[in-house]
Amino acid sequence: MKRAGLWIVAALVLAVLQTQLSGWIGAYYYKIVILAGINIILAVSLNLINGITGQFSIGHAGFYAVGAYTSATLVTYGESSMRAMVAFLPRIGQDAVLLLAGIAVAAIVAGLAGLAVGIPSLRLRGDYLAIVTLGFGEIIRVLILNIDAIGGARGFSSIPALSDFFLFWVFLFVLITVAVIRNLLHSSYGRAFISIRDDEIAAEAMGVDTTRVKVLAFVISSMFAGIAGSLFGHYTAYLNPSSFTFITSFYLIIMIVVGGLGSIEGSILGAILITVVLEAFRSLSEFRLVGFSILLVLVMLYRPQGLMGTVELFRVRRKPAVAKS
Amino acid sequence: MLSTFLQQLINGISQGSAYALIALGYTMVYGVLGLINFAHSDVYMFGAFMGYYIANSKIVQEQLGTSIFAAVVVMILAMALSALLGMIIERFAYRPGRTTTRYIFAFWLGILGAIFGSLLLKSTLGLVVGVVVGIVVGVVAEMAGVRPIRQESRLALLIIAIGVSLLLENGGQLTFGADPKFFPEIIPSRSLNVGALSLDTQKLIVLAVAVSLMVLLNIVVKYTKTGKAMRAVSFNLTAAKLMGINTDRIIALTFAIGSALAAAGGILVSLLYPKIDPLMGVMPGLKAFVAAVLGGIGNITGAMVGGLILGMAEVMAVGYGSSTYRDAIAFIILVLILLFKPGGIMGKGTVEKV
Repeated sequence: MKRAGLWIVAALVLAVLQTQLSGWIGAYYYKIVILAGINIILAVSLNLINGITGQFSIGHAGFYAVGAYTSATLVTYGESSMRAMVAFLPRIGQDAVLLLAGIAVAAIVAGLAGLAVGIPSLRLRGDYLAIVTLGFGEIIRVLILNIDAIGGARGFSSIPALSDFFLFWVFLFVLITVAVIRNLLHSSYGRAFISIRDDEIAAEAMGVDTTRVKVLAFVISSMFAGIAGSLFGHYTAYLNPSSFTFITSFYLIIMIVVGGLGSIEGSILGAILITVVLEAFRSLSEFRLVGFSILLVLVMLYRPQGLMGTVELFRVRRKPAVAKS
Repeated sequence: MLSTFLQQLINGISQGSAYALIALGYTMVYGVLGLINFAHSDVYMFGAFMGYYIANSKIVQEQLGTSIFAAVVVMILAMALSALLGMIIERFAYRPGRTTTRYIFAFWLGILGAIFGSLLLKSTLGLVVGVVVGIVVGVVAEMAGVRPIRQESRLALLIIAIGVSLLLENGGQLTFGADPKFFPEIIPSRSLNVGALSLDTQKLIVLAVAVSLMVLLNIVVKYTKTGKAMRAVSFNLTAAKLMGINTDRIIALTFAIGSALAAAGGILVSLLYPKIDPLMGVMPGLKAFVAAVLGGIGNITGAMVGGLILGMAEVMAVGYGSSTYRDAIAFIILVLILLFKPGGIMGKGTVEKV
């Protein structure tokens, strides 16, 4: 019951913020806050693969793209029929239904894509996995480039603009992502993820079905990337394949590495930090990217565990285990 | 029909030999360090740009003009500069995690200082001051005990490689300019007619240069003492060190050779497709890596074979299929090869030990 209360309070706070925030900070900063939220979802979900399960994926942008395009396609082509179904709702309610339908389908399709990519490639390890995920990310992008119904190389511009309640939705999903991955981390699956990261062979010897657990981590992570993509697509109401190159994946990796591989709070911190810093130095164009890449190298050379390492400041309080008699 | 096929075959071979040249660098570095050197693709870009600047420089233009000799000079200089870049990358980005190395902090702070300096003062003076301040701060910090962490995981090294790659790409956009440039025709293009076939002399030259460089590499690796040391290091780094091989020197040399070959590849490709820009290395680099994996990573002959197969597959797919899927073909091949024969064509299966 206490949990449900927390969620309601959080939703109320977000709803109030939604109505007030852009008035307080202006449209530009509002946009940055939303982008930071989307990046948090992406970073935390990527952290599940790269930090917690210890695999190395550099194709996260591919699943992000799958989510964005699936949801945008559904809402663009199904808008009128879906609106007809919920015609009794006010405009903002209809938009919410459209968005949630898009997010749900995006999560499912991105999850399936994750399954399709994960089953063959997660038998591979380390660098090979990295390069295969990179390859899959690029294949997805090339496929999108070649489908004309979703704009191809021109970009997908006919996405209907939904009424702006995005701060609410984005941060609601940030909370959901963090809650799901955090709870997962403290479940028996979470221990299996960590055991694979720490020693895959030992995990296998202890009876962990490593391939299955890795695929599971991959699918869950892809689903959240899909959700982030959906939110991004509807927020900007325009999609272009060039937003989903492996450079995007690299930035996500920088976020989780700077924050600390394996720490959820680190990923949140990293996502906020990198989004803000990238925006703040936008006027410096290439200079900021050069500085950034040096920062990445320096972090890896001098503090490879990132800012947070695997530490979480706020620990989940667990009920003491009751011994069964 | 047949003549079109032969034409495509020649295109495929010349494209493939360029991939092979880049793939060699990947495979050699992977052989000695077990690292995918993401920065390699940008060394290829660097090589092409060095070729561009040297060929357009006053001395070469006035003294040598357009001649075979000029082309050779351009090529060798660009290869040497790229080899230097490869060694610098190895020394300041990859070596610190392996052995105790000095002046790392000073090097990186120097670059950062150059950026800040030129941003603040917008002049060469600012750049110089920035570099000096960066280096001084770096040296002082190092004396105070700021040292790189000795790295156990290869993941960290991989991320460093990504960082260096991003640095070179963005640094390239900063110094060379983001818009494309056109590589000068350092070897004039002529058509040779053999029967119904029309052969471009440039393609033949590309092929000849690539093949001779590969033969040269094979001779060096197989028959010289350094080559023997390289093979020993790639067989077992620790054992090689215990046998008295200066492994750091051999690794640096591996980077130098790989980078020089990549630069050669960059210039040769720029002869065929003269448009060059700072991001030009990204795709060919990835594809060359695929070629290296296809042939069996760590295996020099494999890289050559893989490069040729990949170039051929790509040209054929574009010629007889759709050109828009061109970039996907390499990755489809990669996925298939890793699923069915992860060791590559020439590779050996590895046994995992606990």
